[in-house]
Amino acid sequence: MKKTFWLAGAMALALAQPALGADSIKIGFVSTFSGPTAAIGNDMRNSFELALDHLGRKMDGKPVEVIYEDDGQKPDVGKQKTEKLIQSDKVDFIVGYIWSNVLLASLKTAVDAKTFLISANAGPSQLAGELCSPYVFSTSWQNDQTPQAMGTYMNQKGVKSVFLIGPNYAAGKDMLAGVKSTFKGQVVGEEYTVWPSQLDFSAELTKAKNSKAESIFVFYPGAAGVQFLNQYAQAGIKAQIPLYTAFTIDELSLPLQKENALGVPGAQQWVNDLPNPENKKFVEDYRKKYPNLRPTFYGAQSYDAANLINSAVVAVKGDTTKKDAMKAEMEKANFKSVRGPFKYGKNHIPIQNFYLQDVVKDADGQLALKTVATIVKDSQDGFHDKCPMK
Amino acid sequence: MVLVEQSLNGFQFGLLLFLLAAGLTLVFGIMDFVNLAHGSLYMMGAYFAATFTAWTGSFILGVLLALGATLLLGIVLEFVALRHLYGRDHLDQVLATFGLILFFNDAVRLIWGPAGLALPLPAWLTVPVQIIPGVYYPAYRLSIIIVALAVAALLYVVVMRTKIGMLIRAGASNREMIGALGINIKLLFTLVFGLGAALAGLAGLMQAPILTVQIGMGENILILAFVIIVIGGIGSIRGAFLAAIFVGMIDTLGRAFLPDLLRMVLSSAAASTAAPALSSMLIYLLMAIVLVVRPEGLFPAAKR
Repeated sequence: MKKTFWLAGAMALALAQPALGADSIKIGFVSTFSGPTAAIGNDMRNSFELALDHLGRKMDGKPVEVIYEDDGQKPDVGKQKTEKLIQSDKVDFIVGYIWSNVLLASLKTAVDAKTFLISANAGPSQLAGELCSPYVFSTSWQNDQTPQAMGTYMNQKGVKSVFLIGPNYAAGKDMLAGVKSTFKGQVVGEEYTVWPSQLDFSAELTKAKNSKAESIFVFYPGAAGVQFLNQYAQAGIKAQIPLYTAFTIDELSLPLQKENALGVPGAQQWVNDLPNPENKKFVEDYRKKYPNLRPTFYGAQSYDAANLINSAVVAVKGDTTKKDAMKAEMEKANFKSVRGPFKYGKNHIPIQNFYLQDVVKDADGQLALKTVATIVKDSQDGFHDKCPMK
Repeated sequence: MVLVEQSLNGFQFGLLLFLLAAGLTLVFGIMDFVNLAHGSLYMMGAYFAATFTAWTGSFILGVLLALGATLLLGIVLEFVALRHLYGRDHLDQVLATFGLILFFNDAVRLIWGPAGLALPLPAWLTVPVQIIPGVYYPAYRLSIIIVALAVAALLYVVVMRTKIGMLIRAGASNREMIGALGINIKLLFTLVFGLGAALAGLAGLMQAPILTVQIGMGENILILAFVIIVIGGIGSIRGAFLAAIFVGMIDTLGRAFLPDLLRMVLSSAAASTAAPALSSMLIYLLMAIVLVVRPEGLFPAAKR
């Protein structure tokens, strides 16, 4: 019995080996595939897979192998999965990370192992500043940038005062700090809620209503954004105090928020209707490959991440041991981003435009996100000075 | 004015927790059965309501159908799986019902997909109403308060004033004895479990329009329900009611006023970070104190 067991084990290893041979590009992908925010992880995976389809599932002629791991939205699990991918799967690149706290927990493992890590969403301020690394690139943004754009837009609208609400974790604090850094009016109140367990915002909404603020700003990604908007509308505050958002309304939450989201503006670096040809191809093929689904900015960032990796692999002709050459190539951002203009600051965070998006009814009568204006051009994060890299 | 509104918020949250805790305490106290899958029934109630409302186009009809469906699901669940676990010790029950949580989460993922559902309210429930001059309160939250109070009253009448209730209370005090008196204890347990399931489903479907209908929605709130039955005394409906109101109030008022109180002694940044953490701890502090002072809970059911 024991013998058969060992034999089976040896056979499994022998069978597994050729597939993991040195002649493939191995990519680890850490995201959330279970629990309430699994839809975000699915969208990232869908987009990454679509990018690989567009690349012929090869990079510089070598087959690409992707190992997806679920972090369950928990920092400790994310760190474990990162260790597993780097130490036992020996991946060439590690991609993904929705949540800033998960990324911060996993960062050191990747940097110490000198494995390239591409953050396809999370952008904690530390990553742009003191924790910046030659081995870490972002295809998203630094957390503060998007709310900073929103603050700028609120200035343009002549908003005089705001009440801020956000979740009590790394990204929530960055987001509210971001609005405060550009908004010129008065910040009447600032509330943090327990993340991710608190889903009832009645106490915070009551405070915001009674604060006599002229506007409310929130950051609630995923399902929490649906809950916030439902409660905001049900409490009758929508008719009284306008809401400004970052990462609260996207293609995943909109089908659940429905009319409650109509006319609520948000800032974003990518919107589905941006007119460049790469984006048209991405959005059209995504909707063809995954009927009934629409890509989100999370997906767009993952799509870009695959193309960024491809540019590096092509530059070294598939020899992924040439890390310096790959780093130098990625710093050039030598690929066509679906968001249009894209270049890197010295801290490997994109310098990019931010757009104003609004919720409207599209030609089919369905609710959709639409680009209204460009709020800022070539925005760079405010932490690049703290990054010691040259 | 703010205090009135925040107290109502706390009261409403407490009543909702009561619906969940009432079913849990009945099952735990009377059947001596630990049901971790109670939160899954809460989730199923919400999914049923969202589905039936979409089918029928009527919120009220959808809700009524969902209530019936959760009741039925509870009875089937008890009949198929749980009745085989009554004789086992609590650890086996915890393991089996934890397995049920995983089962329900994946079943929902298979049937409805991972993205979650929306349960939109009819227009007449989405307007704020003026309850006292100058204080507006969301109509839907007000209707939760009314429905939950009605259910609490009904439960009280059923448990204290009817023959079934007498049997339930007798079952809580001495199971063997009422079995020996010729009462069909199996049927009684099935009924109690179905009732508990329907209460959980009601809590879930009432919470659904405020939150989203999503996988795992019952897990966080179940922890609070367990805290409540520990504070209130296991098996005691009255205890569950009072403890639920208590917990709802502490949670909401803590979140509402603690940040401002802390700002008097701490820097603003430190206070806004510490306050949410501290206010979510208050409930557990309360439970710890109750466990030290009165380990049997504040309002224990009659002794066994």
